[in-house]
Amino acid sequence: MKIAQVALGLASVFAATFALAQGAADKRRSGYQDMGEALQKMQDDDTANPGMLFVQLGEQLWSKPAGAANKACADCHASGSMKSVAARYPAIPKDADKPVDLEGRINLCRTANQQAEPLAPESRELLSLEAYVAFQSRGQPIAPPSDPRLGPFREQGGEVYRRRQGQLNLSCATCHDDNAGKKLAGVTIPEAHPTGYPIYRLEWQALGSLRRRLRNCLVGIRAEAYPYDASEYVALEIYLMDRAKGMPLDAPGVRP
Amino acid sequence: MHSPLDRRAFLAGAALLTVLPLASARATPEAMAAAIKEVVGAATVREGKVKLDLPPLVENGNTVPLTVSVESPMTPADHVKAIHVFNEKNPQPHVFSARLGPQNGKAVITTRIKLADSQKIIALAETSTGQFFSASADVIVTLAACIEDAT
Amino acid sequence: MTNVLINAPKTARPGEIVEIKALILHPMETGFRPGTNGKIIPRNIIEHFVATWNGAEIFRMEMSPAIAANPFVSFFAVATESGTIGLRWTGDEGFLVEEQVAIAVG
Repeated sequence: MKIAQVALGLASVFAATFALAQGAADKRRSGYQDMGEALQKMQDDDTANPGMLFVQLGEQLWSKPAGAANKACADCHASGSMKSVAARYPAIPKDADKPVDLEGRINLCRTANQQAEPLAPESRELLSLEAYVAFQSRGQPIAPPSDPRLGPFREQGGEVYRRRQGQLNLSCATCHDDNAGKKLAGVTIPEAHPTGYPIYRLEWQALGSLRRRLRNCLVGIRAEAYPYDASEYVALEIYLMDRAKGMPLDAPGVRP
Repeated sequence: MHSPLDRRAFLAGAALLTVLPLASARATPEAMAAAIKEVVGAATVREGKVKLDLPPLVENGNTVPLTVSVESPMTPADHVKAIHVFNEKNPQPHVFSARLGPQNGKAVITTRIKLADSQKIIALAETSTGQFFSASADVIVTLAACIEDAT
Repeated sequence: MTNVLINAPKTARPGEIVEIKALILHPMETGFRPGTNGKIIPRNIIEHFVATWNGAEIFRMEMSPAIAANPFVSFFAVATESGTIGLRWTGDEGFLVEEQVAIAVG
């Protein structure tokens, strides 16, 4: 039987590094700051944060050879080499003209370099790899790349963010810009900065991506969620990450 | 070694956990009281010695951290031998039953539970001297345990 | 693919009370929840969690559907001798996971 001791090189049990990284003048609040103390403690404790189960799984998958090329991620990317990668996604890959999010990038590597099948959206494998990569940027400030080609996609994201949609005719901005900090059905409306993705959302009792969360929001405002591969999701993420730039990443986050 | 009598008494408290629940069944304060009586029998339950830590306000009832601690010397002569936790509004009244002994050193257990609604939670400790102590906590749940599927 | 995160000290002094924490991936489907087709999703939970120290049982927890998904348990044990702490989870649908961690006491 495999010995399953925590061997992720975690120096301390309570890793609240992200709380220190935001400057005092920054008035923006992350979802972490809007949570109650009990949930913050759950996120901070690496031995109890359910997201860490997925980080551990991702670490195991990182060294597992896959595909016709029989290569593991670790064969090209040394452990620790993913630091601050998650902080600068979405990005436009070399030799491409459309941006991809972290999941898209992982699947690009799967198909192009490992010659393996892409991993299904919200699959345990894809989420675990994403969690493992994002975890290595924990505490790093969000730093969108300065690639000018991202401009039009960022604008598209902003347009989607401000677009009124669905039966309730609400836009993301209606709640997350105009009413952030106020209560909706007893819960504080967050400012919607994607600092903790992929998150262990209690509502899901599972780890999930930003895409899943955005789809939940769309359903929540009684709009039709765009298809899974719609360009809106990556565009929105580019916009949101730019809006959150400088805020520290705290993946894997725990959220209600 | 657990004597057959010991094991039976412990399992009596845990027995209802294995009964297949009806979809329409709902725990009530009466069902919780009945579940507690299954464990306690005719003995009196005293307040004190048990501390139940739960957040007073819970954002989501799906995952609520809970810690039960019982004051006890945890010696072979005087120790906590079981901790049972009950709820009054989930579909069934049990939360968990744990068996302990002097080998634990401290009678402190932490876990995470589901709460279907704002309700009272009761923790019951059984000592090796045959005494029962309990503590209760009232929790307000803003969003009941309910899972949003991947859409 | 099961996944477990165990946290126990690697060393302890004799008589020291140590904390053992375990987190396991499991849906803990309550058996009360209707699926998207309106039918109740069958119960699928972990029922028993047992910890041993060099084979002797040190802790046992009977779980109910009220335990949250991906169950987390923390309990304490007096460090007696070097050896192996064993953790075993069993439940519905033949679920069985066993893990071990070594501990040096001295």
